[in-house]
Amino acid sequence: MPQKTAKRSALRRVKTDSNRLRWMYTQMVRIREFEEAVKRVFIEHPGVIRGHSHLGDGAEASIVGALSTRRDTDFVMPSYRCHGYPIVLGTPLRNMMAEVFGRRDGLCHGFGGSMHLADPSRYFPGTSGIIGQSIAHATGAALTAQVKKSGQIVYCFFGDGASKQGAFFESLNMAAVWKLPIVYVLENNQYQAYTHFSLEDANAVAGDPLSKKAEAFSIPGATVDGTDPEAVRKVVAKAADRARAGHGPSLVETKFYRLSAHGNVITVPPLPTQFPEHEAVAVYGNRKEFEHWKTKDPIKRFRARLLKNRVLTEASAKRIEAAARAEVEDAVQFALASPLPAPEEALQYVYA
Amino acid sequence: MAKGMMYADAIATAIIEEMQRDPNVVFYGQNMAMTERDPMLKKFGKERVRIAPISETAEIGIGIGAAMTGLRPIVELWMSEFMLVAFDQVINEAPRLRYMSGGQVSVPLVLKAGYGFCAGWAGQHSNVIYHTMMGIPGLKVVVPSTPADAKGLMAAAIRDDSPVVYLHPYMLTLDKGEVPDGEYVVPIGVADIKRAGTDVTIVAIGWMVKKALAAAERLAKEGISAEVVDPRTLAPLDVATIVNSAKKTGRVVLVDQAPRHSSAAAVIAGEIAEHAVGCVNALRMVTALDAPIPYSEPLENYVVPNEDKIVEAVKAVMAHEAVAA
Repeated sequence: MPQKTAKRSALRRVKTDSNRLRWMYTQMVRIREFEEAVKRVFIEHPGVIRGHSHLGDGAEASIVGALSTRRDTDFVMPSYRCHGYPIVLGTPLRNMMAEVFGRRDGLCHGFGGSMHLADPSRYFPGTSGIIGQSIAHATGAALTAQVKKSGQIVYCFFGDGASKQGAFFESLNMAAVWKLPIVYVLENNQYQAYTHFSLEDANAVAGDPLSKKAEAFSIPGATVDGTDPEAVRKVVAKAADRARAGHGPSLVETKFYRLSAHGNVITVPPLPTQFPEHEAVAVYGNRKEFEHWKTKDPIKRFRARLLKNRVLTEASAKRIEAAARAEVEDAVQFALASPLPAPEEALQYVYA
Repeated sequence: MAKGMMYADAIATAIIEEMQRDPNVVFYGQNMAMTERDPMLKKFGKERVRIAPISETAEIGIGIGAAMTGLRPIVELWMSEFMLVAFDQVINEAPRLRYMSGGQVSVPLVLKAGYGFCAGWAGQHSNVIYHTMMGIPGLKVVVPSTPADAKGLMAAAIRDDSPVVYLHPYMLTLDKGEVPDGEYVVPIGVADIKRAGTDVTIVAIGWMVKKALAAAERLAKEGISAEVVDPRTLAPLDVATIVNSAKKTGRVVLVDQAPRHSSAAAVIAGEIAEHAVGCVNALRMVTALDAPIPYSEPLENYVVPNEDKIVEAVKAVMAHEAVAA
């Protein structure tokens, strides 16, 4: 290649990379702002959010890093801790927040709530609230892609707790036998609900990474720093390439730390509920662990790196953050103003 | 019209015809299509006809996910009790996902399983568990009792956009009957009057329809005219047809292979009590006795309903005057 052309293509690559890195930072910030807003609503508007909400703060690098390798029509199948994924897919935050509030303008018209967001128009068919069960559904979406030869792959996200469910083992076995186009992203946020993973995972007890489970199915397994979106992207890209090439599934463990408690406190109405302290503190009395992982906050770290690499300036970073905050605030106001469904609407959608 | 087509062949015919009609229909299960000689495999290829490991949770869950994204899977589960190891997927996933999504997705899935194998299979392979599924909004349950219904309801189940549990009584597998050629769809949710009568209504399900018809034949010789109603679909249940027949005859016998308190008969009795109050003077339930299904033949025969028990119950309700309509 002539020197001039090589230089120009290198420049173009730097520009593309910079755009992507800014996009990644923007999506991570949008997720964080959304989750922070949900948390605030429990305090500022008690009673508006019912049931159990589960937040993805801390998971931003895992979500965005993985989905930065996604093509337009690939399926995304997360667990009930599902707010982050549709944000990256471009689902309007207004309809997402309205669903969390149980309003008619919600994504699912108030029938699903926080745990059951769905936006099939953006290849996010829905979630299960029963831990681990959606791993099988995601595997089924990969069957569809394979039978229809659509070229799609599936990004299946689930937590460390879900990897102890039968659905996990059965699904990975079948996906490996059938060579299904799917990437299993095991998001190890270190707590299965309230229990630290060192107390319930055989690999963890033996001092091994959780991705070792891949060996049981003779498929590739890798563990990656889930607080670093570029590291996640690199590993998931390899797994996605394998899936696209028809070579079957991979298991990627993204290891990070859930920054909020498992969910809001389980109370019986009319007792108000909000987010408690993280389990590390509230259950195990281990503030040191919690503070340690806060220093590894994926957003803070990524921001510092992008400033250092001059992908962002302080001013441009602030612009991104202010825009995300405004977008989320608009979503909250929209959701508060959205009407509740009429009672008799409850009998819709039972049968297709 | 194919004369003398076996029940099992009627099911297979429906599956083949629907797979020819719609390329999105796929079919898989354990211990099927194991060699290249398999006729389904030959016809439709290994993308659409697959062998699955012994993993009911994943088999059904994968069916759900595939249905949510554009396929119409039929999962061969062999015996209805095998669903019990994967009941979250059957009860708490397949019928709920559409509703929770606010109608955005649908789950056109068929779960095919035999049930009630009363041939010495003992306590874990012979039971009737449809009551656990017929009260789950979003889930449809069909129980065909003739080869024609077996074909027509399978076609309907495959075309339905809701998840359908297709339960076939193992004891009817070899039974023969007339089956319409070509496209034949029996609508889900519509009961069938298998024999018209005026004195008493016998509502029977699955294998019990055959026994009820035999009982009705015997009763006719004694001058008792029994109407035999086959719900065919347990969910959604065709309450109107059952209630109308009950109102007409004023006497009801409900025949169900399930134990009394986990029977469809108990649910039907409730509907008759509410909707035919004042019109029905006598009602009996002929169900399995409250025991698991035993192994040895005389024990098994004792627990499961039979023709004699039906005849006896009909005579008992005949002792009551019918209410003047």
